Amino acid sequence: MCDDPATLNDLLWFACYLTTGKHLAFYISFGTVLLLLAVTAPAALGLGFVGAVAARSRILPLSWLGRGYIAIVRGVPDIAFFMFFVIALDQGLEYLRHHILCPDWDQPVRQGNDFLVCPAAKLPLSTAPQWLHEVYGFVLAVVTFAIVFGAFAANVLFGAMQAVPRAQIETAEAYGMTPRQAFRRILVPQMWVYALPGLSNLWMVLIKATPLLFLLGVRDIVYWARELGGSKTPQFTAYPHGDWRMWYFLFLLVFYLGLTRLSETVLNRLMDRLTHGQAMAGGEAQRRTAAAGAA
Amino acid sequence: MTCGEAIQAYALRSLGLGERLLPTADITLCQQMVLIGSGLIWNVYFGAVALLAGFFLATAVALGRGSRHPWLRRPCEWFVFVFRGSPLFIQFFFAYFLFLSLKGSFPALSPLTSAWLGATVVLFLNTAAYSAEIFHGALQAIPRGDLEAADAYGFTGWARFRRIVWPTMLRLAWPAYTNEAIFLFHATTLVFFTGFPAIQQRGDALYYATYLADKTFNPFVPYPILAGYFILLTLAIIGLFRLVSLRLNRHLPERSGRWRARFQLIR
Repeated sequence: MCDDPATLNDLLWFACYLTTGKHLAFYISFGTVLLLLAVTAPAALGLGFVGAVAARSRILPLSWLGRGYIAIVRGVPDIAFFMFFVIALDQGLEYLRHHILCPDWDQPVRQGNDFLVCPAAKLPLSTAPQWLHEVYGFVLAVVTFAIVFGAFAANVLFGAMQAVPRAQIETAEAYGMTPRQAFRRILVPQMWVYALPGLSNLWMVLIKATPLLFLLGVRDIVYWARELGGSKTPQFTAYPHGDWRMWYFLFLLVFYLGLTRLSETVLNRLMDRLTHGQAMAGGEAQRRTAAAGAA
Repeated sequence: MTCGEAIQAYALRSLGLGERLLPTADITLCQQMVLIGSGLIWNVYFGAVALLAGFFLATAVALGRGSRHPWLRRPCEWFVFVFRGSPLFIQFFFAYFLFLSLKGSFPALSPLTSAWLGATVVLFLNTAAYSAEIFHGALQAIPRGDLEAADAYGFTGWARFRRIVWPTMLRLAWPAYTNEAIFLFHATTLVFFTGFPAIQQRGDALYYATYLADKTFNPFVPYPILAGYFILLTLAIIGLFRLVSLRLNRHLPERSGRWRARFQLIR
């Protein structure tokens, strides 16, 4: 049916146009975005937890390390970090492999404007198939996202740990718990309700940062929207059209609006669930409305 | 090339003045610092213009959101939802291609496709939406006693807004607004990666940092320089906002002695 699109009427033309191989790749790239979110969010949370614990540590150098990690993202645009880490991680890995795999390589790695490692240390190897290059690019992007958002999460969790009432820890100590026990049994279970508003906000920021994948060289939705939307002449494609990039980006805009709206609803429900029965202003308000409803 | 020569050649490169060709080989530290600093002019321009203009729109939208008339409230809510719910990166792309197609039908609108106007418009609308949300929250948080006192003194209409509501709103919103300003300046680095062309390689700080990292294949020099500039810029913004805050709070007894921006890392 789609063999000769020029003869089709508008509806069929669009049906054929929107199911070309490149469009299918475009739809799959939405999965890439969701995959990035699914992998990055727990990774960043884990890094954030480590960072927050380090910042609270009584060992000074460790505390400095944690605080430095939190503070470094404070004054600098996150996009600058993205651009930096992708090259820096790549070069760092290649440098390490270079030293391990080619110990008898006598030339310096940095020669003027070049960064030269032995062929065996290249990542991925120049003989590797194309998909491996793409997976490597995606993994670098995920690690970069996790490092940057880990610092954000560390800041939120650090604040949440400070927000747990001091009396709770003192009571735990009075019951003879060791600091480690008090941390695990008292502090960590209670901190989440204080952390949730900050973490929800962070999740929203993470969603809105996903299009930056494009800048890290991943073929994501922005890449495909630019690619597919650009004007096409009859010589190169069976579906010639003008510059439609505006419409493709309008579609992305709507996609993101839907995604943030959905997250907002879910997170609000979760917050309601968590505040239930807590000795906080929110929990008290819930109790009052329930009591007023019953009366 | 000595440092003095680098400053002469590249200090105003981002505005199209001085040496036309960017350095390609044997790039010195001085050249990198001067070029990235030159690009920072654009970041300051985008941020300052958008913030100043956005402030007024944000106040209007925040008031609109509190309006009793749905035909006034609904558009304001939609405006805030659209700009806060979608990534700025996508907004830039969409706006650029929208301006491109507008240019086709109305040639008078062609300045919108260049960064100095088009990107500023997007940043202006974006920061207006985020600030409107902050101001809306502050309007809700104005103590009822203040408003009752204003009524008791016979304040109405404009005088009530100008003398009571607005200053209190600003005072309450200021820490969060400081945060928003910092993020706005950080967001200006996106402009030249989103379709808006850097004509004759007149770009912003991140544009030059990326250029230098590509040319030297060494990210460990240009990006830390960029980071240093942005930390200084952030400190300058905090200082400036602190002065305003001192003026807004001048009638209050000093509580903790030292004013501190409540730093949130997220907007």
